[in-house]
Amino acid sequence: MKKTVLNEAHRKAGAKMVDFGGWDMPINYGSQIEEHHAVRGDAGMFDVSHMTVVDIKGNEATDFLYRLLANDVKKLNTNQAMYSTMLNEQGGVIDDLIVYKLSDTDYRVVVNAGTRDKDIAWFEKQIAAFDATMTEQADAAMIAVQGPNAIAKLQPLIDVDLSETKRFYASYNDDTFVGRTGYTGEDGVEIIVSPDAAEPLWDRLIEAGVKPCGLGARDTLRLEAGMHLYGQDMNEDITPLECGLAWTIRKDDDSFIGADALNALKSAGVTKKLIGLVLEGRGVLRHDQTLNDEAGHQGIITSGGFSPSTERAIAMAVVDKNMTDPVSVAIRKKTLPCRVVKLPFVRNGKSLIEE
Amino acid sequence: MSYVPDNLLYTASHEWLEKLDNGNYKVGITEYAQEQLGDIVFVETPEVDESYAQEDECGVVESVKTASDIYSPVDGTIVAANESLEDTPELINDSPYDDGWLFEIEVADGADLGHLLSAEDYRNSIEED
Repeated sequence: MKKTVLNEAHRKAGAKMVDFGGWDMPINYGSQIEEHHAVRGDAGMFDVSHMTVVDIKGNEATDFLYRLLANDVKKLNTNQAMYSTMLNEQGGVIDDLIVYKLSDTDYRVVVNAGTRDKDIAWFEKQIAAFDATMTEQADAAMIAVQGPNAIAKLQPLIDVDLSETKRFYASYNDDTFVGRTGYTGEDGVEIIVSPDAAEPLWDRLIEAGVKPCGLGARDTLRLEAGMHLYGQDMNEDITPLECGLAWTIRKDDDSFIGADALNALKSAGVTKKLIGLVLEGRGVLRHDQTLNDEAGHQGIITSGGFSPSTERAIAMAVVDKNMTDPVSVAIRKKTLPCRVVKLPFVRNGKSLIEE
Repeated sequence: MSYVPDNLLYTASHEWLEKLDNGNYKVGITEYAQEQLGDIVFVETPEVDESYAQEDECGVVESVKTASDIYSPVDGTIVAANESLEDTPELINDSPYDDGWLFEIEVADGADLGHLLSAEDYRNSIEED
């Protein structure tokens, strides 16, 4: 199994380790719920070194990313970050990613670990037509420090000044790259450092009171924040228009890969949508549970679970475009009522679910 | 190594049984089981007066990670269920052998108890996991 440079540090911190797409990763360090609350109320950190960092450079780096990505990289200011989907010719989602613009000829892209091989192959295939190069930073270590006190606790430990770094911007020097981004719905950063620097930084963050958090808390935090998980809430068989990611598609321009397919789908009519759900009463919503409304429209939960911040079962689901409240979910032998709610469920520590 | 009290009986599916003075058995899940599940967030206990055959599904324990069925360890009838678990399912994490008990079952006449494991046998079985 593949290991990040922080593997020993996780074991020292009492982590329960699991196989996560071929990576030996911490699922929790005792209590997933305590880790979740640490991020919502204070500061927690995640080893995300398994994620893939690719640097794109060259005179046509912008043109390449403009073709490759559905969002509009030409809108980015220097050091600004953007979330985008990357589509295949059929409009299906190959992956979702964050792209940082460091200059007109220099970008940094962070893609998912589980999709690394196909992403790299797709990049390589598409970049050939452009005056641009790609370099995977395979050794880079990455730590996400998240929560309302994350930046205050981190700042004394690094020599990159974050006082002027706005949300969705990056600041960096030769050794330390800090993006004010994350996957939790809280303020915070994702830091990329050399492998040698990772464990000392991790240890100093623990000393500063930042709680190590596993993949379990990462999943409940991102679900509450209404953020998609690749492979569950989207994949190559669904377009962004059908799973709540239309906002990642740039308007009035058809030059990105997949645009033609999206236009054809729009003409034919989009038949699915992504919704947020809250279970009324007791139980837990889970991936793959089926949904129905009173008119017989159907759907399926793509991500579900117990939300520690709201103490309710919540879910994201891909459903018939015409599905309306009330919705019922099949859980084992029972059919239970759910309410459709706006995403996100939680933002900056506060529940947004209306009672 | 998870705590496995000597005075209880066990099933291969990680339930424990405590013989009560009235001849009934109190049932819960083991410390090992709750550790594997992680933080428990929802419990459905069996209905009182309902009868189950050995290995029937009679409830469910759901953690942040997964849903895990509870099986009746013997043929019998439910005489009590732990209602505290409705609001505080984490009792199973905090106190699996005491406050986190699931139900009390009256064993049916002639029910076979031969499949139940001693503490030593259960310890050996989880070491092999």
